[in-house]
Amino acid sequence: MGKILELQNLKKYYATQKAVDDISFAIEEGSIFGLLGPNGAGKTTLLRMITGIFYPDSGHIVLDGNTFDPANDIIKIGYMPEERGLYKKMKIGEQALYLAQLKGLSRAEAMEKIKFWFRRLEMESWWNKKVEDLSKGMSQKLQFVTTVLHEPKLIILDEPFSGLDPLNANLIKDEIYRLAQQGSTIIFSTHRMEQVEEICDHIVLVNLGKKILDGTVEDIKQQFKENKFSIRLKEVPGYTTHDSFDVIEQKANTLVVKIKEGYSSNHVLQYFIGQNTTVDAFNEILPSLNEIFIQLVEGTKATTRAFQNTQS
Amino acid sequence: MNKIALVAKREFLSRVQKKTFLLTTILLPLLIFVFYAMIIYFSVKTEDRFTIAVADNANILNNKLENKKDDINFTIVHNTTAAQLDEQLQQKKCDGYIIIPADYDLMGRDSLQLKSGKAIGIMTREKIQKLLNDILEEKRLMALNISKAKIDSIQNSNQLQFTTLGGKKETDTKAGISYGVGYISGFLIYIILFIYGTMVMRGVMEEKTNRIAEVIVSSVKPFQLMMGKITGIGAVGLIQFIIWIVLVIGLQMILPLLFPDLLHHTVNTPMQPGAMQAAQAANNSGAIHSIMQGLNDVNFPLIIGCFIFYFLGGYFLYASLFAAVGSAVNEDPQDAQSLLLPITMPIIFAMVIMTKAVNDPNSSLAVFGSLFPLTSPIVMMARIAHGIPDGVSIMQLVLSMGLLIAGFLGTTWLAGKIYRTGILLYGKKPSWKEMWKWAFRKS
Repeated sequence: MGKILELQNLKKYYATQKAVDDISFAIEEGSIFGLLGPNGAGKTTLLRMITGIFYPDSGHIVLDGNTFDPANDIIKIGYMPEERGLYKKMKIGEQALYLAQLKGLSRAEAMEKIKFWFRRLEMESWWNKKVEDLSKGMSQKLQFVTTVLHEPKLIILDEPFSGLDPLNANLIKDEIYRLAQQGSTIIFSTHRMEQVEEICDHIVLVNLGKKILDGTVEDIKQQFKENKFSIRLKEVPGYTTHDSFDVIEQKANTLVVKIKEGYSSNHVLQYFIGQNTTVDAFNEILPSLNEIFIQLVEGTKATTRAFQNTQS
Repeated sequence: MNKIALVAKREFLSRVQKKTFLLTTILLPLLIFVFYAMIIYFSVKTEDRFTIAVADNANILNNKLENKKDDINFTIVHNTTAAQLDEQLQQKKCDGYIIIPADYDLMGRDSLQLKSGKAIGIMTREKIQKLLNDILEEKRLMALNISKAKIDSIQNSNQLQFTTLGGKKETDTKAGISYGVGYISGFLIYIILFIYGTMVMRGVMEEKTNRIAEVIVSSVKPFQLMMGKITGIGAVGLIQFIIWIVLVIGLQMILPLLFPDLLHHTVNTPMQPGAMQAAQAANNSGAIHSIMQGLNDVNFPLIIGCFIFYFLGGYFLYASLFAAVGSAVNEDPQDAQSLLLPITMPIIFAMVIMTKAVNDPNSSLAVFGSLFPLTSPIVMMARIAHGIPDGVSIMQLVLSMGLLIAGFLGTTWLAGKIYRTGILLYGKKPSWKEMWKWAFRKS
C-alpha cells in the first residue's frame, strides 16, 4: 500500500519557542497511526499544519501523492480537534448539515450521509434537539459523526475517547476499525497509552517539537525490551543466583529476572531445570508503551526548546 | 466565496429565527410609537379648562376679550366686588379672577393681580400671561394711534435671504431640515456601528469560548469565517433597519388619523434642535406648507443612497475590528472592554465632528472628518444632508467613498490576521504589542 501522508522536515517556530522542529514521517494508507507526546510537545501544531490551519515555516506535506493544497484537499481530511465544541443553540440535524456543507458536500449529499450515520449510531431521535440539551458523551458522538461524515481519506482524531463511557467508547472504537478497513487512514493523537497499544499499528512519539520515536508498536517494544522474563516455578529453590541473570522481584512462586549481557533465556531455563524444580511458566516481559513513554519524556524540560540566543 | 455565503447564511438565519429578534424588531418601534403617542395625547388633551373672571373696572377692554385658546377662558364681569369674586372662586364658578382697578394706567407700570383658588401650573401661567400681554399691548398701540398693519410691517423679520452660488434660495426652513436630517442620519450610523459591531464581537467570542472555531477552521479559512460572520450580521442589521423604517413611516401616517388636531402641536413642540429651527422659520411664513416645501428641497434619494453606502461601508470597516477584538479575548467581558477603547474612540470622535459639521458643512474639520475613513460614515451624512454642491462637492464625495472602501479593505486585512491567530489561542489576554505582531508578521 502507498503512503497517504508524508511530512518532510516540517518546521514551525513561534516567537518564543520551536513548536515543531524538523519533523518527518510517513503514514501508510489504511493504517491506524498514533501520534503521541506529552502536553505541549507540538502535537496540536503538527496536526494544525496537516489540516491546513497553519502553514509550516518550512518543509513539505504530501497528501495522497500530491503536495498538500489546503483549499482543495480539505474534503479529504476529517479533523476532530481536542478543543472541540458545537453551536449550543443550534439544532443537531442542522448543525451536522452545516458542518458537512462547509466541507463541500451538497445539501442533498450531506442529508443522505447524516441520515445514514444517525441511524447507525442510533441518534435519529436527536435531530431536533439542541446541543445544549445533550450530555457530554452524546455531543462527543455527534462530533465524531460530523468528523467522518464526508468520508475523508484521512481522519484525525485528537483524544477521541475523552468523556465517553466504556460502552460508547467501544462503539466509536469499532467505527474506527471499520473505517480503517474500508481504506481510511486514521491519525490518533492521545496520551492514553493503553488505547494506543490496543488500537494503533504505527506510532510516532514527539517531545519538545522533535520526533523521538517512530515505528510499529511491536518493533518499539522489542527495541526497548530489557531482557526481563517472568518465571513461575512449582517450588522456589533456596538458592537463586547465577551468572546469567539477576532476580529483580519475587512474588510467591513467581520470579522476575533480568538476563545479563552475553546470556540468553536458555541459560536461565537450564539453570532452573538443573535445580530440580518444575518450570510452570516462562515468558518475556515487554515494556508497556506507558513505560517507554515515561522513560523517554521524563526529565526533559520544555524550556530546553526555547531559543537560547533571543538577546543577540 | 461559496463558503462565506454558507457561513453568512447560518449567521443570518440563526439570528433572524430567534424570538428575541422578532421582539426587538417589531416591538421596539411599537413601544416607541406608543410612548410617543401617549406624550402627544397628554399634551393635546388638557382637559382642565381655566376660567378667569375679569372685572374690568377701568373699562379698557371695551367688553371685548377674544377667547383664542379654548383651554383658557376669559369672562368679563361688571360691578362685582372682590368679596363677590372670592365667593365665586369658592363656589368654583371660576378658577381665578383679575380685577382691573378703575384708575388703571394703561401706559404705566402698574401690575395686575390674578387671584386663583389653587396654585396654577407654570404652563397655564405662561399662557395666561401671554394672552393678557398681547391684549394689553394691542390696546396700548391703539392708544398711541398705531395700527396693526403698521406694526406688522415694522416687525417683518424676513429681510435677509440666503442664496448660494448655485443660485438656489436657501430658506431657513431648508437649513433647519438639512440640519435635522443630517443629525439624525449621522446619529443612526453611530448607533448602527455600535449595535452590530458588538454583535459581531460577541459572535466571535461565542465561537471561541465554545471551542467551535477550531472545528470550523479545519474546513473553512479563518478569513472566510470572519467575513461570513460579518456579512451575515450585516444582513441582519439591514433587514432590521428596513423593517424599522417601514414601521416608523407607517405609524407616522397613522398618527394624524388618531389625533386630528395634532399638526399645530407638533410644530410647537420641537423634539430636536433641527426641528426647532425649522419650526421657528416655519412660524414666520406659512408653517406646514413651508416645512413641506423644505422637505421637498431635500434630495432624499441621494441621502438614502448615501446612507446605505455609509451604513455598509462603516459597518464593514468597524465590524472586522470588532471581530479582531472578539477573537483576542476569552470569556472575560472586561478584557474586551479595554481592547475596545481604541475602536470606540474614533466613533465618538466622529460623533463630535458630526455635530459641528451639521452646522457648518464646509469647515475644514468637517471636510477632514468626512474624508478620513474612520470618521467619514458619520460625518459625511451630516454634510450630505445639505445637498450636493452646497454641503459637499461631488469630488469630495467620490474621494470619501473611495477612501472608505480602501479603509475597509485595510482594516479587514489587518483584522483578518489578528483574527486568524487569536481565534485559536486560549489563555491570557494578548497585549497590544502581541496583537500588533500578529497583524504584521508574514504568512
